[in-house]
Amino acid sequence: MSILEVKNLTKQFGGLTATSDISMGVEKNSITAVIGPNGAGKTTFFNMITAVYRPTSGDILLNGKSLVGLKPHQVSKFGITRTFQNIRLFNEQTVLDNVLVGMHQRLKGHWVGTLLHFPNVKREEENAKIEAYKILEYVGLEEYVNENAGNLAYGAQRRLEIARAIAAKPKVLLLDEPAAGMNPKETQKLTDLIHDMRTRLDVTIILIEHDMKLVMKISDFIYVLDHGELIASGVPEEIRNNKRVIEAYLGKGAVLNG
Amino acid sequence: MREQISKFSQSPKAQAIFFAAYVIVTALGLYLMQTSVIAFLLLLFSILILYYLKLKTRTKWLIGLFIIAVVVPLVASQGPSFQSYMEVGTLVGIYAAMSLGLNVVVGFAGLLDLGFIAFFAVGAYTYAIFASTQASHFMPFGHYPLPGDTFWLFILIGAIIASIFGILLGIPVLRVRGDYLAIVTLGFGEIIRIVLNNMDHPINITNGALGISSITPPNFLGIPIGNSSQFYFIVLGIFLVVIYIVTRLEHSKLGRAWKAVRDNEIAAQASGIPLVKTKLAAFAIGASFSGMMGAVFAAKQMYVDATSFTYLESTMILVMVILGGMGSVPGVILGAAVVTILNTQVLTDLSNWLTQLSTNGVISIPDALSPAKMQRLIFGILLVVFALYRTQGLIPHKNRKINVEKLKKEASEAPGGALLSKERAETGGTD
Ligand SMILES: Nc1ncnc2c1ncn2[C@@H]1O[C@H](COP(=O)(O)OP(=O)(O)OP(=O)(O)O)[C@@H](O)[C@H]1O
Ligand SMILES: [Mg+2]
Repeated sequence: MSILEVKNLTKQFGGLTATSDISMGVEKNSITAVIGPNGAGKTTFFNMITAVYRPTSGDILLNGKSLVGLKPHQVSKFGITRTFQNIRLFNEQTVLDNVLVGMHQRLKGHWVGTLLHFPNVKREEENAKIEAYKILEYVGLEEYVNENAGNLAYGAQRRLEIARAIAAKPKVLLLDEPAAGMNPKETQKLTDLIHDMRTRLDVTIILIEHDMKLVMKISDFIYVLDHGELIASGVPEEIRNNKRVIEAYLGKGAVLNG
Repeated sequence: MREQISKFSQSPKAQAIFFAAYVIVTALGLYLMQTSVIAFLLLLFSILILYYLKLKTRTKWLIGLFIIAVVVPLVASQGPSFQSYMEVGTLVGIYAAMSLGLNVVVGFAGLLDLGFIAFFAVGAYTYAIFASTQASHFMPFGHYPLPGDTFWLFILIGAIIASIFGILLGIPVLRVRGDYLAIVTLGFGEIIRIVLNNMDHPINITNGALGISSITPPNFLGIPIGNSSQFYFIVLGIFLVVIYIVTRLEHSKLGRAWKAVRDNEIAAQASGIPLVKTKLAAFAIGASFSGMMGAVFAAKQMYVDATSFTYLESTMILVMVILGGMGSVPGVILGAAVVTILNTQVLTDLSNWLTQLSTNGVISIPDALSPAKMQRLIFGILLVVFALYRTQGLIPHKNRKINVEKLKKEASEAPGGALLSKERAETGGTD
């Protein structure tokens, strides 16, 4: 069963067509990869799903309900959260607060309740902190609770973005190049984390990634974009041997075979 | 020597004794030498010392309140300068509350607002119109001026009307960012001032450039409130409420949302924060503090006109926020105190002193450098120095640190040891 469905999705920036007539379905609880050379339109695709951009035409359906026209925060409420290719943390806030912001949608406390010291608001805050700490333990950042997010090392920042995204308890998690800039050891840990999240958090994961080794190892299904068009889709084995994909990546063929 | 210093910085008892001695000496100094501005300033300085002492937060609050609410009014009350000290104290309170309001907008939510004084004006005019005969020009019912005991209600009304104006400003402004936002808010501030200055026709609402005079003074249980030493306590009360609101909100869901929007709008939205609502809340809450103080200001001056609400006033409040430390509550309060005291006491006294010296022929100052003109110059130089050497402000903002050990313990004891239990179905993630 497809949890997320995309129909004839097109995005144009002036004369430039960033994605053109893309249709695809993502299986519930799968790990699905979206790959393609630089400028293929992968990030644009994510930006349309999360309502950062409005599609020029086409439709996006989550469990059959259209997301087009929603505001970004509404998409998050519907159950889709994401990380960013160019890390976007709240640099001046602590690591813990970053995760707490991720929970925003789930916290019910009203500011009036905050001012009047309502016990339910207070309890909710305390529980939220405990949960945020558990999430940080889960992604391995518990020693940086009070650190400013901007001071973390690169790999840690990427993991914090994941922590913030899962804090919302999403149904679908979009990861935009989560392994970029990580060393092999960190990448290995990340691979384990992604695997574990799928089962433990019962979440559907869509990831954009250039690290082919990671993609081939982790994905159930792969979609390949090139110049804004969907040129191939299939299980890793099929993609590895697909002629059009190899062509698109020409010069990167070595990586593919690695 | 070094050992003694470190011992001192570790021992709350030694600090408490030192602090008590300091307060007693400065308080006595002020009591005996009434005209000594220095004694007055040194006494106020004790609050800053208190801030850095190693005491429990609650203890500090109690001591601080005692000094501000009891010691200062008491020891300053003996001489002719009494009212002027209380006046300075009152102004510090008014500006500090406004700076805290602007700090919500600029410091927390990251929205540069150059027209903040407009909300102060709105609050001031709201009370002025209804507490003078002005309202009878256009109100179809009721008797004006309203009696002085409605003042207390008008503190609230001023807050509400100002926050409505905050939202009105916010709606068009939300589309623009950064520099453009600053320009639009600057324009808004000027528009409000010019409108207030011209609303005497076709219907006379604000009495135009003549301003509104004979504003009824507040009335507390039948006692009319007319001088600074009484307003001092009203301002102090409102100021404390403002501090309470600001500190509570800062560490709440809303406060985190403000800072998230400030740090990264796109990520904030992707995390589920509604941009419009969050920004408007900042504008509204920030403006409401100014509105409250506006009502107090009108009642205190008993006269308002648009000249009190110029662009210069808006920048002055912004300077207080930036000088004190953007986003830092204690910093902003200190910034407001420093700027206000510089403007109303130190620089004025300095220029008076220089003028006196030159009229006595002790020194000769060329006309171009007359001390009155120097005031602004000195103020400007001070700002430049601070901007260069203390970019984070007098008391830079620090994030609150959580007790990790405690949190860790709680997390391990919390029910459902497994992370993020799969309770999504119950919490209704679909809507
Ligand atoms: N906001 C925008 N305005 C104009 N053009 C854009 C915008 N965003 C993306 N593009 C263009 O759309 C195309 C696709 O960009 P996109 O960022 O989606 O690529 P990508 O597949 O994520 O590439 P990479 O692997 O380098 O991240 C590029 O040509 C890019 O220049
Ligand atoms: Mg990209």
